[in-house]
Amino acid sequence: MTTVQLRYLAHARSGDKGDSANVGLIALAPEYYDILVREVTVERVAEHFGDMVSGVERFELPNLRALNFLLHGALDGGGTVSLKTDAQGKVYSTALLRMEVPVDDRVAAAVGNA
Amino acid sequence: MTHTVRIASGQGFWGDWLEAPMRQAQGGPIDYLMMDYLAEVTMSIMQKQKSRDPSRGYARDFVPLMERLLPEVAARGFKVTTNAGGVNPRGCAEAVLDVARGLSLERPVKLGLVTGDDMLDRIDELLAAGHPLTNLDTGRPLSDVRDHIVSANAYLGMRPIVEALAGGADVVITGRVTDTGLTLAPMFHEFGWALDDWDKVAAGTVAGHILECGAQASGGNLLYQWQDVPGLADPGFPIVEAHADGSFEVTKHPGTGGVVSCQSVTEQLVYEMGDPNEYITPDGVADFTTIQLEAAGQDRVRVHGIAGGPRTDMLKVSIAYGYGFKAVGSLVYSWPDAYAKAQAADRILRQRLQDLGLEYEQILTEFVGVDATHGHLAGPPDPEIAEVELRVGVRARDRAPVERFTREIAPLVLTGPPSVTGFAGGRPAVQEIVAYWPALIDRTEIEPHVKVEWLES
Repeated sequence: MTTVQLRYLAHARSGDKGDSANVGLIALAPEYYDILVREVTVERVAEHFGDMVSGVERFELPNLRALNFLLHGALDGGGTVSLKTDAQGKVYSTALLRMEVPVDDRVAAAVGNA
Repeated sequence: MTHTVRIASGQGFWGDWLEAPMRQAQGGPIDYLMMDYLAEVTMSIMQKQKSRDPSRGYARDFVPLMERLLPEVAARGFKVTTNAGGVNPRGCAEAVLDVARGLSLERPVKLGLVTGDDMLDRIDELLAAGHPLTNLDTGRPLSDVRDHIVSANAYLGMRPIVEALAGGADVVITGRVTDTGLTLAPMFHEFGWALDDWDKVAAGTVAGHILECGAQASGGNLLYQWQDVPGLADPGFPIVEAHADGSFEVTKHPGTGGVVSCQSVTEQLVYEMGDPNEYITPDGVADFTTIQLEAAGQDRVRVHGIAGGPRTDMLKVSIAYGYGFKAVGSLVYSWPDAYAKAQAADRILRQRLQDLGLEYEQILTEFVGVDATHGHLAGPPDPEIAEVELRVGVRARDRAPVERFTREIAPLVLTGPPSVTGFAGGRPAVQEIVAYWPALIDRTEIEPHVKVEWLES
């Protein structure tokens, strides 16, 4: 087992829902979806973001090989109230792609991280 | 039955690429051009404009755009659906009619006008009738901010647009109709689907969600293999080719830039998504976990299998209210020790604000190049980093402390840490914050007020 950054397993897009950011995490290959489901849990994502968020929800879209996360309290008030550069959560997606997840050696080799 | 309806996306927001609608009109056959102009805060901006000048309150650049598009509409016969009317759809329609009359069109054009979403004048009546208009996010009653309300609009669905199209409208102008309604209406009008065929509503909702952000479904803002997206200087905006069975293909005009792929469509599908099992619109509830995508050739994705459920009894309401004031100032510090200099400047600025006795709801410091977008996840910066931008924002209910803050940035140039630049823009502007209050209202309070009219050039 080794670990790789999510950027090698998924692509992503994010947006806002009030004071929450959403991150849609999409498997780069069909066989990576199960890894996302197994490793990118609510607990791990909450731990990854730490005090950047106040709560995490996860939804599964196996048809699109995607997970959708709602990151609550991520936008410092959100909308027009927020003072953040990323007040609309547009690049929270890329912050999630920094997360490290364990994969087996075959997958690690496939993504060039063996 | 081989009837196909081609619905083209022309604008994904107020301020989107101005060339896109004409390229959609001229680049190949289309039956409908949908143009979405309204975001949550847009209505409040328009309401402020209308309060200063009653003839305004809509997307003004829509009118010169229609001056270019109307000859195409008259000649080619496609129809336009848009919510460019904002808080003054009648004013918008009249301005478009004026323009139409000044053009030598091949034939007169008929405008459909949808009104009835505006509930600003009815707020007290609705509160008195027992509708609390509770904030969906905070649970607070609307009475908290009653005196500060700027605009209030219910989100209407496709049905009045279907009616306008059935009455022969070439161009349908609405106020706060959902983005998805602009795409759903052409499909229901053309295919004659029953309005309570919920799977068809769900299919059209997904099509609308794919189209409503313009090129974001066809290669724009696409993270997947972004370096390989071709021709973004001339991106083809997405087009839905819809079929009577509820399936559709997503594509774009030949010879345009960008890309339509399962990846580009999927990135748009998950954008601003909540619970994918229940994507709620005024017209029905779509289940995004039923969507099936298949690559179907060059820049072509087939979408099918979509299921949904009945519409709810409630409509969403978008209320905007005056919240307070904010300002954001920035300065750039260069190597050596760029980050340390920016941090020192931030400490000095905060000390001065405190010594002046100024109080804020929040002071937020970001170091652009270090932590502005990824926070602590970015890790410590390279000690040799070439430059760091100090970006400080403040927010207060009163204007005065924010105003004073804007005068405390420039002095740092000569009274703070060295190697500072990037101040050519002058003092930061004080911005009035108009905040968004999401709520629900019984559909029965709104729908009797919705009206469709037809105006001819």
